Amino acid sequence: MGSSHLRPRTAMAIRARLGFVILLSLFFSATLSTALYEDQVGLADWHHKYIGKVKHAVFHTQKTGRKRVVVSTEENVVASLDLRTGFIFWRNVLGKNDHIDQVDIALGKYVVTLSSGGSILRAWNLPDGQMIWESTLPVSTLSKSSLYVLANMNVGKDNLILVFGGSSIHALSSMDGQIVWRKELSIDSLEIQQIFQPHDSDIINAVGFVGSSEFVVYQISYRTGEVMQQSKASFESGFCGEASLVFDNLVVALDASKSSLVSISFKNEVINFHQINLSDLVPDFSGKVTLLPLKFNGMLAIEIASSILLLRVKGANELEFVEKISHPFAFSDALPLSKEQQAFAILQHDESKIHFKVKSDNDLRNEILKETIQMDSQRGNIEKVFINNYIRTDRTHGFRFLVVMEDHSLLLIQQGEIVWSREDGLASIVDSTTSELPVEKEGVSVAEVEHNLFEWLKGHLLKLKGTLMLASPDEVAAIQAIRLKSSEKNKMTRDHNGFRKLIIVLTRAGKVLALHTGDGRVVWSVLLPALRRSETCGNPFALRVYQWQVPHHHAMHENPSVLVVGRCGHGFDAPGIFSIVDSYTGKVQNSLILEHSVSHIMPLPLTDSTEQRLHLIIDAKLQAHLYPKNSDSLKHFFNEMPNIYWYSVEVEKNKIKGYSLESKAELDTAEEYVFQAKELWSIIFPSESEKIAVTATRKMNEIVHTQAKVVADQDVMYKYVSKNILFVATVAPKAAGEIGSATPEEALLYAYLIDTVSGRILHRVCHQGAQGPVHAVVSENWVVYHYFNLRAHRYEMSVIEIYDQSRADNKDVWKLVLGKHNLTAPVSLYSRPDVMVKSQSYFFTHSVKSMAVTATAKGITSKQLLIGTIGDQVLALDKRFLDPRRSVNPTQSEKEEGIIPLTDSLPIVPQSYITHSLQVEGLRSMVTIPAKLESTTLVFSYGVDLFFTRIAPSRTYDSLTEDFSYALLLITIVVLVAAIFVTWALSEKKELKEKWR
Amino acid sequence: MSEGWCCGRSLALFALVILLPIWIARGFQSDELLQDDEEFGLEGGRPAAGPKPSTNPVRSPIRRRPDLDPPSGSADSNSVQFSLEHNLGGSEFSPAGTFTARLKSWSHGGQTLTKLRFSRNALTEGEKRAFERLLKEDGHYTIRVPSNVLNPSGEDYVISSVRARCIPRESLDEHFVIHTDGVNIIAVNYGSAGACRYPRLLRYPAKWSFTSYTVLKNSEQAPRTPTFAEELLAGEDGLGEGVKPPEKSFWAKYWLYLVPLGFIVMNAMTQAMNMPEEQQVAGQSTSQGQVAQRAPTTTTTTTTTVRRR
Repeated sequence: MGSSHLRPRTAMAIRARLGFVILLSLFFSATLSTALYEDQVGLADWHHKYIGKVKHAVFHTQKTGRKRVVVSTEENVVASLDLRTGFIFWRNVLGKNDHIDQVDIALGKYVVTLSSGGSILRAWNLPDGQMIWESTLPVSTLSKSSLYVLANMNVGKDNLILVFGGSSIHALSSMDGQIVWRKELSIDSLEIQQIFQPHDSDIINAVGFVGSSEFVVYQISYRTGEVMQQSKASFESGFCGEASLVFDNLVVALDASKSSLVSISFKNEVINFHQINLSDLVPDFSGKVTLLPLKFNGMLAIEIASSILLLRVKGANELEFVEKISHPFAFSDALPLSKEQQAFAILQHDESKIHFKVKSDNDLRNEILKETIQMDSQRGNIEKVFINNYIRTDRTHGFRFLVVMEDHSLLLIQQGEIVWSREDGLASIVDSTTSELPVEKEGVSVAEVEHNLFEWLKGHLLKLKGTLMLASPDEVAAIQAIRLKSSEKNKMTRDHNGFRKLIIVLTRAGKVLALHTGDGRVVWSVLLPALRRSETCGNPFALRVYQWQVPHHHAMHENPSVLVVGRCGHGFDAPGIFSIVDSYTGKVQNSLILEHSVSHIMPLPLTDSTEQRLHLIIDAKLQAHLYPKNSDSLKHFFNEMPNIYWYSVEVEKNKIKGYSLESKAELDTAEEYVFQAKELWSIIFPSESEKIAVTATRKMNEIVHTQAKVVADQDVMYKYVSKNILFVATVAPKAAGEIGSATPEEALLYAYLIDTVSGRILHRVCHQGAQGPVHAVVSENWVVYHYFNLRAHRYEMSVIEIYDQSRADNKDVWKLVLGKHNLTAPVSLYSRPDVMVKSQSYFFTHSVKSMAVTATAKGITSKQLLIGTIGDQVLALDKRFLDPRRSVNPTQSEKEEGIIPLTDSLPIVPQSYITHSLQVEGLRSMVTIPAKLESTTLVFSYGVDLFFTRIAPSRTYDSLTEDFSYALLLITIVVLVAAIFVTWALSEKKELKEKWR
Repeated sequence: MSEGWCCGRSLALFALVILLPIWIARGFQSDELLQDDEEFGLEGGRPAAGPKPSTNPVRSPIRRRPDLDPPSGSADSNSVQFSLEHNLGGSEFSPAGTFTARLKSWSHGGQTLTKLRFSRNALTEGEKRAFERLLKEDGHYTIRVPSNVLNPSGEDYVISSVRARCIPRESLDEHFVIHTDGVNIIAVNYGSAGACRYPRLLRYPAKWSFTSYTVLKNSEQAPRTPTFAEELLAGEDGLGEGVKPPEKSFWAKYWLYLVPLGFIVMNAMTQAMNMPEEQQVAGQSTSQGQVAQRAPTTTTTTTTTVRRR
């Protein structure tokens, strides 16, 4: 009796004591709130705003001074920038597929954008970017639409906005976006080329082509859309569709063979064609001509054999040669200087210099302005230029140029100087990786960083004042400034906690940039020569960036480097591009165009003796190419060759295939680094019922701390921890479209867990009435996926956890605690797996753009899911909420384990947004990087904007917070020591007295 | 509640649909069909740990038929056959056996495969030699079956492989898990019947014949998302309390008070233990009057007493 009582009591006592210790440690870990306080914003996080590559720019020079430029970009952003600083006044990011076709300003107060293939017209308020109106136009998607805002007829009058494309013209009121009239010109295959309004008339002229040989001119009433006059003429040798409006009554077009120009003059229903002989202008002319868009009255730009000719049109059949320009170059549109005078700019690249020329139509031979500036070679060639004028102090015309470069950066140039520049290539990051900073060298001490001891003391005194709430508002502001400007986080050396790193990003323009995690500044940038357009590679694009060399032990003196992989052209069989870049300096170490294509890149967990990581590149012909090509890497590779497996997902064919490498009998020296693939397994999804929606795998560098999970009642469950788990979700083809396109009965979602070595389907589960878009994240032994439940009309998140049953007999917790457990015995994936699966689904309010999971250095800290919400914010959700073992009434022991009672939906706590009040516009991806400090994960999320922060999913239990007041601690200790001495002296005295008594 | 009723109703309807023609046709095949039903209901369950045919939820006929006798269901219209082909290291696949399955049509139009049987062809001498070579070089033994069993196109095959050294035990033990979706085979998981220890040792089987176990698997249905009516009601109130923080244990809630309390109690206890002693000491060393005088002050000086000891 007595003994049976004793056991539980001691157990309870132990537990209580344990709990006490844990709670105590929790208490000392200071921060008791997961959210940020207002004054902590910006301490560990930064947010940079970008807009992307500028497509159109409209200058707005209000009389009242504030100078702005409105731009639209390839990232579907409409933004208003400050012309003096380049800062964003406002910006609006349109949807992912809502590409902006054109942008203009109407009524002097609205920015009008035409998007989605000419079907959506929106007006934004110029000062603040609020949307004023939006109207949807019924447009056939086949033709390209354009926008034409009619010039001010009379002040105060409602001006019309014309949208034309194909054979229809819409006229919309610029006040409210109502369609005033709509004209469907009932001729088949009509392509309206241009709409213009002759001066001070109520008539709009529309010119276009019917088919390939007929030219049409319409005169349409401005008020009603009625066709007043219509004239047509056909040209026997036909047109190719390119045309340029030179004067109000003259169009120059290219003929069907693209080898000669045709001028078309029209006046009062009479249309005349004149074939222009180019051999008069260019003596030995042959080949094809391209008409370049140059919106300048009386001027024409043509491209012949890679040189550009500027021509002046003097009459219907008379051209005058003005200037010859060679690549690379850029033209601006015409800029009206006065009623009669127009100007335009020609920019020409000459190695590292750019020559600016501004010409006006008064005197085409000479320039109004001629400037030359030195340009950073890492910006590449000039791509676009927009010109704007201002009145100088001496009453002459000054010009500023908004220049878009090859690396998508945007610059403003005035008076031969770069006034500001924006690194807008960062809005289109393709891939990213990280690199450690160099180790701190001897001689760099704290004092140097903190200037001097006095400053340091002053800072800490201020902090102490703040802590004791004695600081005045001014001092509080000073404290905040000190904290934000802390030079500690921006140092260029490695820190103890691993917070300072370089994030190396690859942009769509083929530029590699290194960002410092402290403040996100660009440490270096390089426009990769291999990823630039050239004769050998016409259409290169960047694919991925990998860590190539991370020196640890052997090659400590060398800098780490990254590998950038690209492809020449968009086809899978296009040759690959390979570039190795130094992570510290940005120097390109090696660059080559591969002889084979790149369809799959596998960084292997092997390095050669110089710590270069081995990479296997699989080409379209299923040959594996080993890099780096040296005998040392080959030696390492051969040891592991029988254990190398990979898989490919063929989404169009609905197949997943697994491969290994064919062992090589004979060694051919030329093909030494090329290996043949051998198909090992295949999974074929029936195309009538399933379609691959998403695949997800674990991160290769993820670390799992423990394979065992101790559940309630001292029971042990073994996680099925395999790096080779592939999660695949398939949806019914009928329900592959948008939500609502299928009924719940038609919609099915299958979730698979597949072992990629043996091709085994470990688990297969069907969700009825569920459909995509599916987002999934795999970590440790679980997968979480997000989809839409048509039956419940809600988004849902499901979790699958997979446990290994074959080791379930090893239940002794003590063995596990003491490390006696035999967990290191090799496991073969060829054995028949004996797995147990637990799963659960929960409702989730938001739709999701992207999902990720936190990663820490040792994998001890509990995990959080990072969810990129539709509002472009990042939400951190504890994995505990997605535990399949949650039940409605958890038992006492389950409660102690930390299992949350079951709810049907997942909570969204406003404080758990790690982006706090910010938005990462156009959020595409989130990357988690473990810091050296176990509790902390670095999160880098990118889209149009960049956002970086660090989060501690289980709070910072292993370090003091940054705002910990050391001064307070010091003072407390001093006071305590003093108190001890005082009391000691007092007690001595008292004792003495006692003894004398 | 209503759902259960609904299911019950549809089950009843289903039974009616099935039983009606049977009743009309005086029930010849009724037994078999119903048996099928039961067996189908078990399918898709997790296969038991050991390949024991008696406990395995799915039939695993250990039938080796070197001569391919005409399958029993071949006269039946609802029986399908598809062949297993294997590859012993070369590039060519050759026939290695035949699967026979029964095609079951459902009232809602779908078809599924049930009652899978497998007959393995005996290994020829050449194949045996090839297999031995595979064992020696630790190569992959690959098998394939057509992905569409009804009309095999000859192009789409579902392939699976295992290291040849995993297979031999007493005989050549193999284990098939065939994942199907209706009449389509999504994947075949081929492997040894038991575990395959990692340093794979070269071992030849005692008997050069296959012992096959087959399992047919369909997908599981995901559990429905739990819905709580109470929560919905609360949600309708528009209050949306948000999440309650997880319930804390007693200690977690009140440790802040309990710890000082513990100290106080401890202090008091030591005091209580010291007190009689001191009184004794005091009583011995001083006169009665002094004790009476000093008694009220004892409590205040306890700390010094403790320190002194």
